[in-house]
Amino acid sequence: MRAFWALARRDLTLAFRTGGGGALGVAFFVITAVLVPFGVGPKPDLLSVIAPGMLWIAALLACMLTLDRLFQADVEDGSMDLLALSPLALELAVLAKCLAHWLTTGLPLLIAAPVMAITLSMPGEAYGPMVLALALGTPALSLIGAIGAGLTAGMRRGGVLTAVLVLPLYVPTLILGALAGNAAASGLDPSPYLMLLGAITLACLPLCPLVAAAALRLALR
Amino acid sequence: MSLSIDNLRCVRAGRTVFSGLSVDVQPGEALILAGPNGAGKSTLLRILAGLLRPDAGDAQFSGVSLTSERVEFQERVLYTGHLDAVKPALTVHEMLTFWADVYDAHHDAVGPAIEALALARLADHPVRTLSAGQRRRLGLSRLALIDRPLWLLDEPTVSLDADSAARVAALARSRCESGGVVVAATHIDLAIPAAKTIDPGSFKLEATEDGVTADDLVLSGDAW
Repeated sequence: MRAFWALARRDLTLAFRTGGGGALGVAFFVITAVLVPFGVGPKPDLLSVIAPGMLWIAALLACMLTLDRLFQADVEDGSMDLLALSPLALELAVLAKCLAHWLTTGLPLLIAAPVMAITLSMPGEAYGPMVLALALGTPALSLIGAIGAGLTAGMRRGGVLTAVLVLPLYVPTLILGALAGNAAASGLDPSPYLMLLGAITLACLPLCPLVAAAALRLALR
Repeated sequence: MSLSIDNLRCVRAGRTVFSGLSVDVQPGEALILAGPNGAGKSTLLRILAGLLRPDAGDAQFSGVSLTSERVEFQERVLYTGHLDAVKPALTVHEMLTFWADVYDAHHDAVGPAIEALALARLADHPVRTLSAGQRRRLGLSRLALIDRPLWLLDEPTVSLDADSAARVAALARSRCESGGVVVAATHIDLAIPAAKTIDPGSFKLEATEDGVTADDLVLSGDAW
């Protein structure tokens, strides 16, 4: 466990020293969400309907920003070779890196989301369920993203390919997340959607590190 | 703790890098890999580290098989590639503390490891301010930090000055003296008394008596 926390802590330190921690992802999330009223016009009725979906799409894209570097930086400088030879199982190394990725991309979005919900004139009663949906769903974004990042880790310019591979896999999370927000906004019970979002994250927790570690072993060959 | 390489074959992109490579290295001995660029020195080291899969053959270290007990084999390996595996944003001390945590080495070993390659003056400097040679020394100081019996060194002394190269050679010598095995691709003399030198590229036996052709082996490239 010492190696697991050391790796998560190192990734957090690197994120704060080189990429400003989660600030860049949040800024991207805010700008994307602010663009929507400019695009569809400042009509509160229309905005409140599309708000949950737009917030989720902005969250998916913000999550993609740092995903291509999740493993690539370590593969390029040789750190991944040494991680693969360490007593820490590569699957757990992937999980530690996903944890650091979520703490610097997913978690800051939870704080920024209510502010964006105001911009998109989302009904007040939907704020809580929306944040809860993001809390349950965004860990799956980091975990699923690790598969794409692992597959493209050995490539020079894998960023766009990572997005093309990963975004379709985000569709179930996007649908359920938007449905949870919409249900709460129209006064319905969002809990079935929240439970399904949680189920996706729980299923990803053991599965995605397995797949991503296998992809990484291929990338190291 | 002897290393025995048995009939190893590697085919990359349809080209046989080496085949029928067999050599025994006794405890306390070093195996020096020589030969021109592309002779397969780095490839052989990556195979022995379990990072690359051999197309045929096996290696055993103190009775542990590389192909059938890869994880146990890797637990005995300390690999230094031509990349330094250091992060520009961390300090020298933070970098080694991280590797100590990951490889389950004691934190008390970090100080001596920094001393071993004369980096004490730079301990609190960020890696980004280090020269190429100093980064190399930081990468190599893992040899003094992590205690594992089989060392695989890929051109360890590139971009090092004479004094640092001598320190690396001394580390390799002391590993051998304590009964370990050092496999190194290097052009400098590590001054290890019991050293064998091979050129991996000179092993080109057509070992097809078992009826397996090179083409069959290329296709079996699944992850492991």
